[in-house]
Amino acid sequence: MAGDAKTMNLRLHVWRQTSVKDEGRFEEYAAKGVSPGMSFLEMLDVVNEELITTGKQPLAFDHDCREGICGACGVMINGNAHGPQGATTTCQLHMRSFSDGDELWIEPWRARAFPVLRDLMVDRSAFDRIIAAGGYASVRTGSARDANEILIPKQNADSAMDAAACIGCAACVAACPNASAALFTAAKVTHLAELPQGQPERMRRVVRMVDQMDIEGFGHCTNHRECEAACPKQISVAVIAQMNRDYLRAKLIAPADNENAGSGG
Amino acid sequence: MPRVLLLHQTSLGKKAIVAVTGVVMFGFLTGHMLGNLQVFRGPEALNHYAALLKATAPLLWGTRIVVLTSVIAHIYFSMMLAAQSGDARPTPYAKRENNTANLASMSMRLSGPTLGLFIVYHLLHLTLGFSPTGVHSETDVYANVMSSFSIWWLAAIYIVAQLMLGLHLFHGAWSFFQTLGLNHPRYNALRRYFAAGITLLIVGGNILIPSVILSGYRTQAQLDAETPAAPADDAPVEARNIVVE
Repeated sequence: MAGDAKTMNLRLHVWRQTSVKDEGRFEEYAAKGVSPGMSFLEMLDVVNEELITTGKQPLAFDHDCREGICGACGVMINGNAHGPQGATTTCQLHMRSFSDGDELWIEPWRARAFPVLRDLMVDRSAFDRIIAAGGYASVRTGSARDANEILIPKQNADSAMDAAACIGCAACVAACPNASAALFTAAKVTHLAELPQGQPERMRRVVRMVDQMDIEGFGHCTNHRECEAACPKQISVAVIAQMNRDYLRAKLIAPADNENAGSGG
Repeated sequence: MPRVLLLHQTSLGKKAIVAVTGVVMFGFLTGHMLGNLQVFRGPEALNHYAALLKATAPLLWGTRIVVLTSVIAHIYFSMMLAAQSGDARPTPYAKRENNTANLASMSMRLSGPTLGLFIVYHLLHLTLGFSPTGVHSETDVYANVMSSFSIWWLAAIYIVAQLMLGLHLFHGAWSFFQTLGLNHPRYNALRRYFAAGITLLIVGGNILIPSVILSGYRTQAQLDAETPAAPADDAPVEARNIVVE
């Protein structure tokens, strides 16, 4: 650790909520002796240790891999999804991004579609249902196919991978002034739409996933691009344009029976 | 039923309708602005243009119906979408920062209703003839415009409304590309320039009319119309001589 690794003291205002039915409120905590090398979640761990030793309920927050690839963690920090640093999940945000004496407001993602389960944990199963509605490619299972048996142009492979970088953390919904799930849904639509395996179900997929997105109660996209700025994987709003284009094609041009066709053999 | 009529059932469909009707109004605004600039060519030009617009009833009413339908659909579906977003976050954040949203994008739900009110006012004032000046002529459009915009607060209403229009157009002209899925890596950056350019063009042209009239400046064509005897400098020498004598 660097020589000037002096510790910091922070004032936290954390959202506390005991259950889905509880109204919830902010409570104030002091985070003392925080090392700049700690991750944001480690800082919360330190606060929790003190809460536990004083017999209080620890702060509940989602986390899993703590290396920025699983999409489990994520809180609003001073009004920014995953905090102030771009292209970074909450677990990869380090306390060196803050200064001694800072006051932090820590809130859960807020959207009707994401009920708060407890404190900073929200129920993101709305995303699972959007995926279940069509975010897959039906294929014959069996022995693995030969490498490069299906030729994919480099450009398509690249844009499919860019979209597939989505870890489903829901920062896009959290950051959107409309609580829209357009970036998430569009990323999932696009990564399959760019690949040959995704073509047979392409039209019905986009219709079903967009319809499910509406059913879940998300807002609509007004192109503020806040999602793109908040996305830890830097997914571009270009995927939203692609989703819109595919959706309009499916609704207006594609053969009508396409919505039910295309289930893999 | 044609599938296009079922579009309004989903949020992306509603957005497409808002985008397409927005484009229709864009087209109308461009023509409206260019046509109205004829005021600087003098009374004859503007009044002739106004008469031309009204000469063919099917064209006049066709345009009116298309534009009015677009306005109504644009407002109605925008309101439904805004309500959907309003419901989507019942508990607001205690703190929220914008990083990319701009004044134009954040004020669409303010600039829109303001423009709606302005359009009603504008139609009452210069189309239906309930003019605050107390005078309105069905045929002398030039006189209506000149007398109205010589009053500072009347001109100010129009100028402020145009600034609101600028905010609305700047976001709308970029947004419709995204909503209709019109994107390509090679041209994406140009979409912002397009939005800025067309906004400056429409709003600039429109603001020119009340502000120049209010300032008291008159073009040569307007001055000529007010003093019809004086021929222009570039008239043939003989013509000038006659006047001199």
